[in-house]
Amino acid sequence: MSVASNVSVANLQVKFGAVRVLNELNIEVKQSEFVVLLGPSGCGKSTLLNAIAGLIDVSGGKVMIGGRDVTHEEPKDRNIAMVFQSYALYPTMSVRRNLSFGLTVAGMARPEITRRVQAAADLLKIGDLLDRRPSALSGGQRQRVAIGRALVREAPVYLFDEPLSNLDAQLRAELRVEIKRLHKRIGATIIFVTHDQIEALTLADRIAIMKGGKILQYDTPRTIYARPANLYVAGFIGSPAMNFIKGRLEASDDGAMFVNDDMRFTLRRPLPPGSRAGQAVTLGLRPEHVVAAGDGVAPLGMADVELLETMGADSLAWCRIGACQLTTRLDGAAQNPGRIALGADPAEASLFDSESGDRL
Amino acid sequence: MSRARKHLAARVAIYTCLIAMALFVLGPLYVMVITSLKHMSEISSGNILALPHIPTIAPWLVSAHKLSAGFLNSVKILIPSVIISIAVGAIAGYALQFWRLPGASLLVLILLIGAFIPYAVFIYPLVRILAFFGLFGTLTGIVIVHTTFGLPVMTILFKNFYSSLPVELFKAARVDGAGFWRIFASIVFPMSTPIVIVAVILQVTGIWNDFLLGLVFAGRDNMPMTVELNNIVTTTTGTRFYNQDMAATILTAAVPLLVYLVSGRWFVRGITAGAVKG
Amino acid sequence: MMKIWLRRNFSALMALSPALLIVLVVYVGCTIWSVRISLTDSHILPSDHYVGLHNYVRLLNTDRWNTSVGNLVFFGFMFIIASLVTGTLMAILMDQRIKGEALFRTIYLYPLAMSFIVTGLIWEWILQPTLGIQKMMRNFGFAHFHFDWINHSSTVLYTVALAAVWQGSGLVMAIMLAGLRGVDDEIWKAARIEGISPVRTYISIVLPMLGGAIATVTVLLALTVVRLFDLIIAMTGGGPGDSSEVPAKFIYDYLFDHQDIGLATAASTLMLGFVLVFIGPWQIWQWRRDVRGAGR
Repeated sequence: MSVASNVSVANLQVKFGAVRVLNELNIEVKQSEFVVLLGPSGCGKSTLLNAIAGLIDVSGGKVMIGGRDVTHEEPKDRNIAMVFQSYALYPTMSVRRNLSFGLTVAGMARPEITRRVQAAADLLKIGDLLDRRPSALSGGQRQRVAIGRALVREAPVYLFDEPLSNLDAQLRAELRVEIKRLHKRIGATIIFVTHDQIEALTLADRIAIMKGGKILQYDTPRTIYARPANLYVAGFIGSPAMNFIKGRLEASDDGAMFVNDDMRFTLRRPLPPGSRAGQAVTLGLRPEHVVAAGDGVAPLGMADVELLETMGADSLAWCRIGACQLTTRLDGAAQNPGRIALGADPAEASLFDSESGDRL
Repeated sequence: MSRARKHLAARVAIYTCLIAMALFVLGPLYVMVITSLKHMSEISSGNILALPHIPTIAPWLVSAHKLSAGFLNSVKILIPSVIISIAVGAIAGYALQFWRLPGASLLVLILLIGAFIPYAVFIYPLVRILAFFGLFGTLTGIVIVHTTFGLPVMTILFKNFYSSLPVELFKAARVDGAGFWRIFASIVFPMSTPIVIVAVILQVTGIWNDFLLGLVFAGRDNMPMTVELNNIVTTTTGTRFYNQDMAATILTAAVPLLVYLVSGRWFVRGITAGAVKG
Repeated sequence: MMKIWLRRNFSALMALSPALLIVLVVYVGCTIWSVRISLTDSHILPSDHYVGLHNYVRLLNTDRWNTSVGNLVFFGFMFIIASLVTGTLMAILMDQRIKGEALFRTIYLYPLAMSFIVTGLIWEWILQPTLGIQKMMRNFGFAHFHFDWINHSSTVLYTVALAAVWQGSGLVMAIMLAGLRGVDDEIWKAARIEGISPVRTYISIVLPMLGGAIATVTVLLALTVVRLFDLIIAMTGGGPGDSSEVPAKFIYDYLFDHQDIGLATAASTLMLGFVLVFIGPWQIWQWRRDVRGAGR
């Protein structure tokens, strides 16, 4: 794609009445990058997307698309296309008209409109739906049409506002793959809002995790999963959730130790910079990183398995070491072992300051 | 009592009440219709509920003749008033719902309260304003007055309807490059059919049935049917021809009754949605 | 910033201008003008000479005004309560999975499509002793049957209320029925399992759930009350004597017949105050709820 299509948001402020929904927000999206804005409802992710689209008035800061300041441009002048959660298909128009409406408004020549509509219809396999009304379509078909309506604009930047949330699980998985494929094919910049972490992890080149109008971490899915920047991100990403164990840091001859009344866990590294012995910390361990004690892992202690949840490919064991509750992934065929010695690879462990929640 | 017999007794009681109330509601209409078909002699001697012995349509012909001017005036007032008041209300409702303008919510509040202010409060200043522009007692004047007093309910009706449409539709249209009027004409208004029907029903019955505004603002040449009816019936000179009066009354009520019977459930939607809440 | 905003919203402002003009000129302007006149010594023509509350003092010493207000309050209570009871009863009966619901609905609602002038004329005939019910009963052989309430000042308001209830209870029925249909079926199942009788369920559980609908209906009926004019004109002309006079008719007569606009505007200001006190808070409450809802 020849048109520059990086998106850059600087010091963005959005207010609804007296409430600051976004405050001094910054984010950079590179050309052809697939960025997911992820967070719980009310975190400001949709507001950010709407501000980029120009659908809400911003009270401060800048929005640049393709190096051009578009902060006060109309949505149509921003070189964007958008797909909405409720599909937002015009109910009184046929699918064909839905696709061509924007181009007609822009005064495009008829042959070109026909070409683009046909191309989008072929790409999304909705060619035989073109003369139907949206009300005669299934949810999945509607969302394809909505994506088609964005595609015909051939815009360098696509904005997706929770486009899959209204679909059932199976369709959602299907369309997810298709959107990914589409991105590979057209190479456009995509900003995609969702509250579904699976969508985020599978689709994104980079994920921005938002909460309370702030971006908490902006990084690749791999990094966010493996090295969450704080307790909130660590708890939000990953299912089943990361285990959190409260304790304190201690220094020993082997390096730093995580200690509480029930366990002593060797971190196999020196005290992290900026920390001190005795500091209250939270140890974060993903369930798949809690394993049977053995070679290469540092021991956690003897655990009682209280409950075994079978989940098909694997099982989730709810264990207790003293007062510490933690979960671990076992083989799908595993029987409840009753008591088990658990350990974890310190390299996979995350450590957070208990007070600030920040990663150490 | 067995369960089945108890049930039967309850059903009988329910239907008895329903039918009794239906008779109470229908009674006056029945009296009107049969009286309008009787000769005067039969009215003064016979029973009010009795069917006419020798039916006559003469009273209807006389009344139709007397009311024809009023009927035409009402039609002349009705058509522009309905169209303009709905157009103004629909556009205002759309602008207020989808375009966030400062002070818009204050405007809505004034409309919400304005819908409930008695007309009497506005009459005198409005007479003076219209007289100043030479519109008092003219067709234009009464159309303006109907538009004015229809505005709160129409605006709120449309605004509420538009608030039930997904706002994303509006956003999608903006991304597609459509402007204010384009969005209204191509997307929002074509979706408004149900609420336009409701609005038409409300306005047609409301404006047709209006008496006070027509009496004050329409002027001698444009007296609507309700005002003429009242003039005909309450003139106390000479004998009153009750059969003609009844026929005249039915004729005056005919348009809204027809609208009601044709529109059925839409009418119910109109009174519940329209008048109801802000 | 301002220029951008104006460019973006120019069309919206243009579209709103008729509504804005009407609101400013009529709903705000005429109200203020009317209140202003009530403070001057205007009679046939408006004057700029302020006399304070003089017109209000005169008004409160005018017997016809006091009678009108008393009549309106008396009529209002009777009409609202009777309409609520009748209409709710209709709605509850209609809610019993009856046959012919559409027919009953059509019958109960048709008076609502009629003008108050029409309603007034019909009932005037029916209630006229020499013509209507009294004559009918005497024809049936009850030679001494007596029913001439419409001709007596102590009873005439009941007849006006009867006509108004005849027309208005359909409205109550429609709104209450919509409310009843909105009640979750499981509420009924729960009540049945606990052995609560249907009558008791209506009184203690269902009707209290319809508080919003009842409030709405009451406000609408109250609106009919304050605007009461046509019905009186057609049915009683305010008589006998002043016994069925109402404020709207008072204002009309003093504007156009007695040409005492100072007194008329004082009366309309009091009515305005009355409406604002009773309906203002309810509307403001709804408005705030909507504004807050829109903030989402």
